[in-house]
Amino acid sequence: MSTQEIRFSGFGGQGIIRCALITGKALSLYDDKFATMTQAFGPEARGSACAAQLVVSDERVLYPYITHHGILMALSQEAYDKYYGELPKGGTLIVEQELVKLRGEHPDLRLLRVPATRYAEELGNRLFTNLVALGFFTAVTDVVSAEAMKKALPGLVPDRFLKINIKAFDKGYEHGIQMMNQKTGGAAS
Amino acid sequence: MKTKRSGVSEQANVRASERYAGTKTVPAGVSEQANVRASERCAGAKFVTADPKGVDSGPHFMDGDHAIAEGGLAAGCRFFAGYPITPSTEAAERFAERAPEVGALFIQMEDELASIAALIGAAWAGQKCMTVTCGPGFSLMTENLGLAAMTETPMVIANVQRGGPSTGLPTLTAQQDMMQARYGAHGDNAIIALSPDSPQECFDLTVEAFNLSEYYRVPVIILTDETVGHMHEKVVIPPADQIKVIPRNNYSGPREDCRPYKFDSQGGHPMVRAGDGYNFHVTGLTHNERGYPVMTADQNKIVVTHLMEKINGNADDIIRLEENQVEGADVVVVSYGITSRIAVKAIQDARKEGIKVGSLRLITIWPFCEKRIREISAKVKAIVVPEINYGQMVLEVERNAGGRCKVISVNHCGGAVHDPEVILDAIRKANQ
Repeated sequence: MSTQEIRFSGFGGQGIIRCALITGKALSLYDDKFATMTQAFGPEARGSACAAQLVVSDERVLYPYITHHGILMALSQEAYDKYYGELPKGGTLIVEQELVKLRGEHPDLRLLRVPATRYAEELGNRLFTNLVALGFFTAVTDVVSAEAMKKALPGLVPDRFLKINIKAFDKGYEHGIQMMNQKTGGAAS
Repeated sequence: MKTKRSGVSEQANVRASERYAGTKTVPAGVSEQANVRASERCAGAKFVTADPKGVDSGPHFMDGDHAIAEGGLAAGCRFFAGYPITPSTEAAERFAERAPEVGALFIQMEDELASIAALIGAAWAGQKCMTVTCGPGFSLMTENLGLAAMTETPMVIANVQRGGPSTGLPTLTAQQDMMQARYGAHGDNAIIALSPDSPQECFDLTVEAFNLSEYYRVPVIILTDETVGHMHEKVVIPPADQIKVIPRNNYSGPREDCRPYKFDSQGGHPMVRAGDGYNFHVTGLTHNERGYPVMTADQNKIVVTHLMEKINGNADDIIRLEENQVEGADVVVVSYGITSRIAVKAIQDARKEGIKVGSLRLITIWPFCEKRIREISAKVKAIVVPEINYGQMVLEVERNAGGRCKVISVNHCGGAVHDPEVILDAIRKANQ
């Protein structure tokens, strides 16, 4: 049984919980996986550090919370500070390139940085930051397929913003694919 | 950790239905009935398929609270009166959002006392009705919960449990209201309570709760928890023609034969709808079959016996359990709700260590599966009961184990689920 445990984190308002909802829906409805999503409630989900957890498996998820942190996506400094220590050796750390100042090189982790907010602003609104980050996440991890993610969007983003959200997703996805290609190229040379 | 209590005599464990001559007893092992749907169990009930208007068919990625609202709408509930309280609010929100398109009515009341009072009124006006709340709100509802039980008024109440006592831990999980659901209201009465372990089961069991509620004319309580209520998972809502519901059974015969009550320890009796032209009375006072007060010890014996026995005497028909490798086990873990999923992790690890451990999941909490616990307790070394409270359902297990095996409580004060390691430790101890 393969299980992956992912934490999406940032500050309230960035669309962190939406990230987990989209990914969870994509996995369980379109990628034929089991996904269980739990989220932060209370004041922290409304402005301060906010997080959602997603446990993904080929079989039914029993324990709904994170025990073996595999992937952390941190879109704010506070979220990064709070959670990066929980990642074990070999864990994947995805951070917002311009919002998160790293506390070290993290040689033990697979560190990936994405300028999600800048890309979103280029698309017209920083509200799309989460979709850029999700596209990047989809490209650099093997958790979920891009097709499933796009199928999951209707109903989870407003209809009138569906196209631009897909665009934001594609932007992050392409950035991720490029980065992966560079890395593979680098390793081969 | 607690071990067995002494002094519980065999006599005390003889189930009520076996004490009253004439009431039926079903000898079949409850385990065999585990997967039998409610639709096949309310003997004599007339089922119809669900009204498609209330059924949002298809796969969803949905939390348990939303699934409870969808289950109610699918079951034909068209009246919801409630007061928002974390962690149940999402269920009220979902119902309110869907009410206009379904043709249902949602009222936000001034508090929980008013909420349940409105449900009693709506039920006698012919509506299937529901509300959702958690501990603090449930406390306020218990007075009228007793009135609903006494007046045999069908309704479904979901208690999405959070840490207590009092306002406790609003956003964190617990299973501390198990006994309150059963014994919160004063006087002898019996209710039915179900405990889902997933958003999917929140949907399924809410439909079942309505069917049981309509058939036995009793409040049915969904005892879920913050974890399941707030957890998103895949929920598949079947097409309307695959959902079987018991419609409201309203009396329509001649006036002189109109009886809103029948005290025969059985379900399946019609309601009388206010406004249909029949003269009847609804009161919390001890009443006759026309509903008028008859305040004597003799009448109370008739009424109380009926209220208790229509549930306890039909326990074998009502109770649903999920069992896994109980036969041949040395240790059986009895759990429910989210804790049963955590327990499976511990059980799997214990089996790797060679311990013969089975699991019994309570889908039906009340009436309690007394007979099955008596059977199991005669065959195993110990029963382990993890639950997110200081030890509540373990008391029922102890009572029915009657000293035949060890009973080990794995309690938790709430705010989080168990560490599976703690349950594993208890299983190891139980096996010694």
